[in-house]
Amino acid sequence: MIRFTRVRKEYPRTGVALQDVSFFVNKGEFVFLTGPSGAGKSTILKLIFADELPTAGEVKVANVSSATLQRRDVASLRRKLGIIFQDFRLLEDRNVEANVAFALEVTGAPRALIGPRVAKLLAQVGLASQGRAYPRELSGGEQQRVAIARALANDPVAIVADEPTGNLDDRATRGVFQLLRDINATGTAVMMATHDLELVKRSNCRTLELNDGTLVFDSAEQMPGADTP
Amino acid sequence: MTLAWREAINAFKRAPMLSALSITTIAFSLFAFGLFGLVALNIRQALTQIEERVEVRAFLGDGTAPEASAAALGDIQAFPEVASATLITSRQALDRARKELGEFNDIFDAALLPASIDIQLKPGFRDPTHVRAVAARIRTYDFVEDVRFGEEWVEKLHQIRNASTLAGLALGLTFAIVAVIIIGSTIRMAVLARVREIAIMRLVGATDGFVRRPFLIEGALKGAMGGLLALLLTWLANEIVGRVAFEAAFFDIRLSIAGIFAGALIGLGGSAFSVGRHLRDL
Repeated sequence: MIRFTRVRKEYPRTGVALQDVSFFVNKGEFVFLTGPSGAGKSTILKLIFADELPTAGEVKVANVSSATLQRRDVASLRRKLGIIFQDFRLLEDRNVEANVAFALEVTGAPRALIGPRVAKLLAQVGLASQGRAYPRELSGGEQQRVAIARALANDPVAIVADEPTGNLDDRATRGVFQLLRDINATGTAVMMATHDLELVKRSNCRTLELNDGTLVFDSAEQMPGADTP
Repeated sequence: MTLAWREAINAFKRAPMLSALSITTIAFSLFAFGLFGLVALNIRQALTQIEERVEVRAFLGDGTAPEASAAALGDIQAFPEVASATLITSRQALDRARKELGEFNDIFDAALLPASIDIQLKPGFRDPTHVRAVAARIRTYDFVEDVRFGEEWVEKLHQIRNASTLAGLALGLTFAIVAVIIIGSTIRMAVLARVREIAIMRLVGATDGFVRRPFLIEGALKGAMGGLLALLLTWLANEIVGRVAFEAAFFDIRLSIAGIFAGALIGLGGSAFSVGRHLRDL
């Protein structure tokens, strides 16, 4: 579903961000991406949603290869993914419903379907009664739930989350993480970059650890019968 | 209403101050262009009015047979350059001279002034080349003693017209470029104010076309509104000039609509350029 093959990423100013990174994420898997700041976690996520292209190697997401990716393919690739950030990236001047509806509108979904779908998504993330609220009126945890609802709008095959709990307190972290686990339980793969090693330890999910742009640990390789293509 | 239109109109509601600033900036840059256009229009009309007085006068020899002059008149009227040709007898010439000279009207003798054919030319044929060509053709009649058309005056008028056209084009182009730059920057500001929104749009899978459409509509709407406001300001300026100085001509309805349309087009172009550049950077 997500395959990195000998991926190298270099930036003109900062140099090598990733080198020789290879891994595979199966459908419905939950994978943590850990490592210190600057290890390359965000770069991996950016390569997944085609915000960046690899300098060498290949990134393949939902059968779309970075080697043949055209600019016009990026939008359709992103519609197959749900993307979540530490800073939520909500539109501050639109209410919760409008923020979620926005992800459906850009895909040209019929207006008649958008309202019920938004209501369903908000119920799924536990914000059914907050549809009219604006992001600034919500707590961090609630804002991240709105971002998750938006990420789920187009039934993604995978959720890509860059430090989604980085700005949240413990309680909100647990809530958001549980929500991601619930989503994962329905068959959606989740790739989550995090600093929170406690969360990683508690969850017993597959972990990819990066250090200085290199993949130094993949818990799947430690397990017998691990998923390797 | 399509989503793109809704987004474009919502952009006005979300940032009313910035939108008002954009429209006002567009309006004032088009207003400067409009004022220049008004001056150019009035100079052009004044020159056209003066040009209407360009006339070729063929003096006929004494004793020219009336049949000959009538036949020549018919020929001349058929020239493609000629708007009208009139036969002026000696008597009519004398009456005209007396009328024009006022208190000195008694200095002429009836026999002094020759008969003539006075020829007015069509617009577009009043330049020295055409006037000279018509005069040369008229000179070929053997009963025509002299042909006058104020050669120097026609030459000078033509030079003034050419100079004013050139100055008009240069100034007009400069004003237009300044307007495009100002409008482009204004719209770029509007685009930059929504960088975050554009980035989020693209993250959730919006195509470039989808991102671009509301901005194009917004740019065209702002341009049209700016154009309308500029037209109103120009009209007001024209009215004030009319009251305190002199009556000046104003743009006709076609030019007025063209002005608003040009505003919309510049707004659209400015938006397309700014959004395109921004999207390329993403």
